[in-house]
This record gives sequence, structure tokens and C-alpha cells, in this order.
Amino acid sequence: MTMALGHPDDFGPDPASPLPELPAHSSRGRLERVLRRGEFAVTAELNPPDSADPEDVYQRIEAFEGWVDAVNATDGSGAHCHMSSVAICALLTRVGFSCILQISCRDYNRIAIQGNVLGAAALGVANVLCLTGDGVQCGDHPQAKPVFDFDSTTLLNTVRIMRDERRFLSGRKITTPPRLFIGAAENPFVPPIDYRPVRLAKKIAAGAQFIQTQYCFDVPMLGRFMARVGDMGLTEKCFILVGVGPLASAKTARWMRANVAGVHIPDAVIARLEGAQNQKAEGKRLCIETIQQVREIAGVSGVHVMAYRQEETVSEIVHESGVLKGRTPWRRDLVPGRAAVEHMD
Amino acid sequence: MRIPAAFEPNGPPPRRRGHFAMRFWSVRHARQLETLYELYEKGLVALSPVFAWLGWERLERPVAALERGVKTLLFDCRMCGQCVLSQTGMACPMNCPKNLRNGPCGGVRADGNCEVYPEMPCVWVEAYEGSQQMRDTAGMATAQPPVDHRLKGRSTWLAVSRDPSLRAGAPLAGR
Repeated sequence: MTMALGHPDDFGPDPASPLPELPAHSSRGRLERVLRRGEFAVTAELNPPDSADPEDVYQRIEAFEGWVDAVNATDGSGAHCHMSSVAICALLTRVGFSCILQISCRDYNRIAIQGNVLGAAALGVANVLCLTGDGVQCGDHPQAKPVFDFDSTTLLNTVRIMRDERRFLSGRKITTPPRLFIGAAENPFVPPIDYRPVRLAKKIAAGAQFIQTQYCFDVPMLGRFMARVGDMGLTEKCFILVGVGPLASAKTARWMRANVAGVHIPDAVIARLEGAQNQKAEGKRLCIETIQQVREIAGVSGVHVMAYRQEETVSEIVHESGVLKGRTPWRRDLVPGRAAVEHMD
Repeated sequence: MRIPAAFEPNGPPPRRRGHFAMRFWSVRHARQLETLYELYEKGLVALSPVFAWLGWERLERPVAALERGVKTLLFDCRMCGQCVLSQTGMACPMNCPKNLRNGPCGGVRADGNCEVYPEMPCVWVEAYEGSQQMRDTAGMATAQPPVDHRLKGRSTWLAVSRDPSLRAGAPLAGR
């Protein structure tokens, strides 16, 4: 059996340590390298366990190993309690996986957030996604006090200041700044539609280097957003990864549309699922087609696969979509090779 | 009677779409209010020596009370003490249940209503509509700094009169 070869830039002397410095890179992680090389990146969302057992995290990553360039560890998504994002990132980084720390403004104030950013970077986390966060009303603790001390834009700006200006927001010095690749979310599919590109520009100006969008089930709508964003010159300033995911059935799609904040699913998509013999297979096929369509849109640098409770389908979706073009994202048995470099020449 | 949500602040309740509220009227008249406020701000800055003579701290309570009255009526103001209405289409961002001051979250409903209060129009959908009528459309593209919670309850009018660099949209170096 032969081992697939990986790009030599994606390897360091020790998988658990940050990679060697590269010029013009703000992090020492793999995701930024893949994107800056111009490769179509794939990220996926990990469903965090409701447990204190690290094995639960390691089991869940297996579905993604060798198929994705980074894994998002969600931070109390849907305002539900789970294992924390920073802990999941730390556990996975120890092994060598590339993780994206998610920070939601709902649960922490500026003191906790800045401490968390330093701590995560010290644990080897190279990517951070700055989010507003869902409201507490949609979670399992609606009686909780929402914090929202920052909004996502001021959070982005704060992380950028910590990294680039080597100081806290207060002005106090940071001796070793966090080397982070900074990301933000955007939802091109909900009102105010015309303002969304302006909002994206604000986030990029604040520090966003990559964007992961909400689920895309409406490719023409994404196309209009991307055209506007391209005209504004924003696609040259950040990498946009489009959110995609398989719908398990028409019933699930209807439920998501009604109950998950910010998810836009056109009627035509639901009709297509309803008309299918095997709705789950059709949902998967729809997801693969969406990936292939968004890949062709100018300015799209990758996809972010959110396959909640269908994590086992991620490898098939990525494989069948062909977006990796034979490339194998980092996995434990992979060795550095020259093949990829020669291919680039 | 409507029971407020656990996290709801004191003061005016979320406003329902389709029902009249002064704050919706203010957004619809953002252009006129913008002109009015520009004149008013000039007056405040011109009166600065008078306020200084009277004493800033002595004026704080009565002026803040007046400001609260006027702006609660017009905007459902929450007295954050660092008003950005002229940058946000005359829609007060502190009425957003997530207190977002830099634009909408990703949870806005297809009908333009709020994720948290399904019956209320999203503050930022309103803000965008208001801003489209205003002469200064750059406000919505301006990054706002995080809220300084120490200023809660204080008068923005006096703060701007005392230091015009504190007005909304001024370069952040002044803060």
C-alpha cells in the first residue's frame, strides 16, 4: 500500500507543533497555506460531544481525516451547551489536526475573550472564527444572561489588534502575540440583502482574512452576492468559503427553514427532495452539485461542509465533488512529498 | 399582557411590525432628522463655553434626563451614552437584542424580522432603509468601536458639546 504524498509546506518536524514560519503568512497553520497556494480549500464542522471524554472528540474527527483542510469546533452553536471550542481545538491540535476556534460574543465579555485568544494560540490553535452567536432564546438555557459585550466586527478588530499591534484592547502590551489566521461569517441570503456586501467590507477592514458563509441552497443568490463583492474588490482581500451541507429529507429542510436562524432554503429545493425516491441520497447529490456550482463562481476559495448528524457523508461528498483534484489534505499517515511541488511548477 | 423575555432590558418593549411606533416614524423621516440634528449639534458645540461656565457635571443630570425623554420618545433610546443614530439610519442599535452596533447578525428572518423577537423588524433592516434616505450614507460603512459601558445613562449631547471629536463617525483616534 502506498501512502499519499502531501505538500511539504504542510509538514513540520512535529505534527503537534505549529508549522515553520512562511513569509507573508500571519499564522503557522495549514489552512492559511492551502488557501494562499491557491488550492480549493475544504473545511468541515465538528459536532461537539456532550461529554468530558476526549475519545469522543477523537472518534468524531475520524470521519474528516484526510478530507478537510481544517475543522471548525463550534462554540455553543444554537445556544446549546457542549464541550468548549477551545478544548476541542486543543485536543485535536495535540494530534496534528488543523482546527478553527470559534468565538461567539454571546457568552463572554472582552476580558474573557482576549484571555481565551491568547490561551488558544498558546495551545497551538492557528485559526479563529469571530461570530456574533445565536440568541439565548433558541438554546437549552433561555433563562441565561446574554453577554454581547462585543459584536463580531469589534471582536475581529480586537483579535487583529492583539496579533498585529501586540497589545490588548486596553493598550497593555502582549509579550508574544497570537499568530492567528482570522475569519468571520457572513450570510448573503437574509435581509438586508443590499447591505450584506458593505457589512462584509466592514468585517474585512476590521481584520477578517477568510469568510465562511451560512448554508448555501440558492446558488444564483450567492452568485449575485459574489458579483457585488467582486466589484468592490473584496475577493482580493479575503478568502471566501461557501457553507454547504446535505439535507436529510424534505421534512428536515422544512424544519430547518422554520427553526434554524438564518437558513434560506428555496421551495424548489424542497420540491426536488420531495420528488426523490431516496430523499437522503438526493440531499447528498444536491450538496455535491452545489459544491461543483459554487466552485465555478469567481472569488470562491473553498467550501465549508456542515453535515450535522451526517458527518459520515462528508468524505463521500468531498470525494464525489472532485474539488480536491486528487489532493489529500493532511492526515496522520501522510508523508511530505515532492509530487505536489512538481505539479505546481 | 405580553410577558417580557428573561433577557429583555427595562424600557420600551420590542415594537411589532405593522403597528405604529415613533421609532419607525423616525426611520422613515431619517433625512429630516439628520438635518435637524446637524443644526442641533452645531448649536451644542457653539454653546460649549456656556455649558463650561455652568459646569459640566452640574448639567449632567438635568440634560441627561431631557435627552432620555426626547430620545426615548423618538427612538426608544436606551441611553448608552455614546449615540450613533446619525450613523445608523436613525434606528437605535441598542434595540437590537444582541446590541449589535456594526450591522445585522446572520439570523435575520426572510421577512426582515428579528431572530430573537419574531414580531419585531430587525433594527438593522430598519437602519439600512433609514440610511438610504440620508445624505451621509457612509455612516453604515463606518466601523463602530465596542460599547463603553461606563457611559451608560450619561448624556451624549453634553459629551459632543464638550469634545466634538466624540461625535458619531468622527475618526476613532478621538476615543
